[in-house]
Amino acid sequence: MKILVPVKRAIDYNVKVKVKADQSNVDLANVKMSINPFCEIAVEEAIRLKEAGIATEIVIVSIGPAVCVEQIRTALALGGDRGIHIATDLDLDSLQIAKLLHTVVVKESPDLVILGKQAIDSDNNQTGQMLAALSNMGQGTFASKVVVEENMVAVTREIDGGLQTVKLSLPAIVTTDLRLNEPRYASLPNIMKAKRKPVETIAADSLSVALASSVKLIKVMSPAQRVGGAKVADVNELVAKLRTEAKVIA
Amino acid sequence: MSILIYAEHDNTELKSETAKLVHAAQQLGSEINVLVAGYQCAEVAQAAAQIAGVNQVLVADNAVYTHQMAENIASLVSELAVDYSHILAAATTTGKNFMPRVAALNDVAQISDIIAVESADTFVRPIYAGNAIATVQSSDALKVLTVRASAFDAAELDNDAPVQNIDLVHDNTLASFVDAELTVSERPELTAADVIISGGRGMQNGDNFALLNGIADKLGAAIGASRAAVDAGFVPNDMQVGQTGKIVAPNLYIAVGISGAIQHLAGMKDSKIIVAINKDEEAPIFQIADYGLVGDLFDILPELEAAL
Repeated sequence: MKILVPVKRAIDYNVKVKVKADQSNVDLANVKMSINPFCEIAVEEAIRLKEAGIATEIVIVSIGPAVCVEQIRTALALGGDRGIHIATDLDLDSLQIAKLLHTVVVKESPDLVILGKQAIDSDNNQTGQMLAALSNMGQGTFASKVVVEENMVAVTREIDGGLQTVKLSLPAIVTTDLRLNEPRYASLPNIMKAKRKPVETIAADSLSVALASSVKLIKVMSPAQRVGGAKVADVNELVAKLRTEAKVIA
Repeated sequence: MSILIYAEHDNTELKSETAKLVHAAQQLGSEINVLVAGYQCAEVAQAAAQIAGVNQVLVADNAVYTHQMAENIASLVSELAVDYSHILAAATTTGKNFMPRVAALNDVAQISDIIAVESADTFVRPIYAGNAIATVQSSDALKVLTVRASAFDAAELDNDAPVQNIDLVHDNTLASFVDAELTVSERPELTAADVIISGGRGMQNGDNFALLNGIADKLGAAIGASRAAVDAGFVPNDMQVGQTGKIVAPNLYIAVGISGAIQHLAGMKDSKIIVAINKDEEAPIFQIADYGLVGDLFDILPELEAAL
């Protein structure tokens, strides 16, 4: 089976983002960028399916400016077979991303598309579900377990009250949650090998997708800071303050 | 402005998020309908009819909606959407699952996890795990919004809105329900609790989480955990509070053995009062805690239980 794994170039999860002084956006100048962690889990899951003899080809796709090829190469070093870079300098919303990915789904006919459930920059949690709707596929979101059966995939999902398992007919969309797997690190020989794997670049505006977003960013602010820092000496003082000062316990 | 709210429920009980969404919807307009989609969910519909500000409750009661599968629910909501300017669902795993599908089917954007309404087309939402707060404006005729319920107060319960059955059946052959493994607990749910006590990596193992039980019993609290505790395998993921888990804002949040990673703070920093118990006095959690207690949690927890 062929697996398509879209990956997003996003701020590295160890970096604390700062808001620009003019409140126009966050400041990403000279900030370390990486594959979004949930997308990394998606890449790992695809590799495991290939190692298990279930998947035969893993296609990595990323949408964005030329530098996104760095993240495609990282995914290829981990175990992807080839890459597709959809080039655009526009700041796209999930719907436009899903429409572009849909064109790739139509062209590549993957049996499974595995995506991260959300990106740690925009925190939208939308693209996989939107791609499923546009491609008229079933969706297994927030997956903690993926089992491929004949013409089907069983996905165990992390839901608010516990776990839920659904069966999807293939082709299908899966989005990853944290506990699905622990991604590997790329070895140096594999990083070198990845440089020779094919990456095709397609201009986003050649794909007949309307790229204009209907959502305008008005401003970005820093969150209100909590004023904390007070200490209590012992349990008795804590309980007394919770009762009489904060009045949050009886 | 006419607004459709998707009711959060499990076929027997209407969840607390729904009344909070009604309050959010009242800032958008006054024509507010609530959709209850489920199976044998008449009681849920009756409960929704009591929420002040609701004009009408629509009930799609059919076996195909038993598990609120995204494929079915999105088709249903998408068909109903033509009559509305806004569709709201709670940013729970149910809402997050089907709402983007609704947006895509209707060819509009979704605005996720809003924490404030500025006007009928302008909304405030956290990005970068809450390290930045964005204000965004949508020009779509239909606004598809998921709402962080904890950011809104609940509407009162003094209404008796009419309940109307709608006979729309959307089934699909793409996906089917297999089973669910739900956590059984006498305690309140994390997202609905007034008091939460959470454990982190400092708890050292899953068994030690039992030290939180007695305190939780006395306070009527829900028990949560940091991502570190979940990743270490101490407790299941549905207990996770944080950017990648549940976002909570109780009256009292007690963080035990939690250092205070950004990821965790994103999920609980809007709590009214925060208590931190940690042996490392440099732990970042103390910077946002209203009451910090430095010490060994294995000494402090039994003392705290006895003192309550």
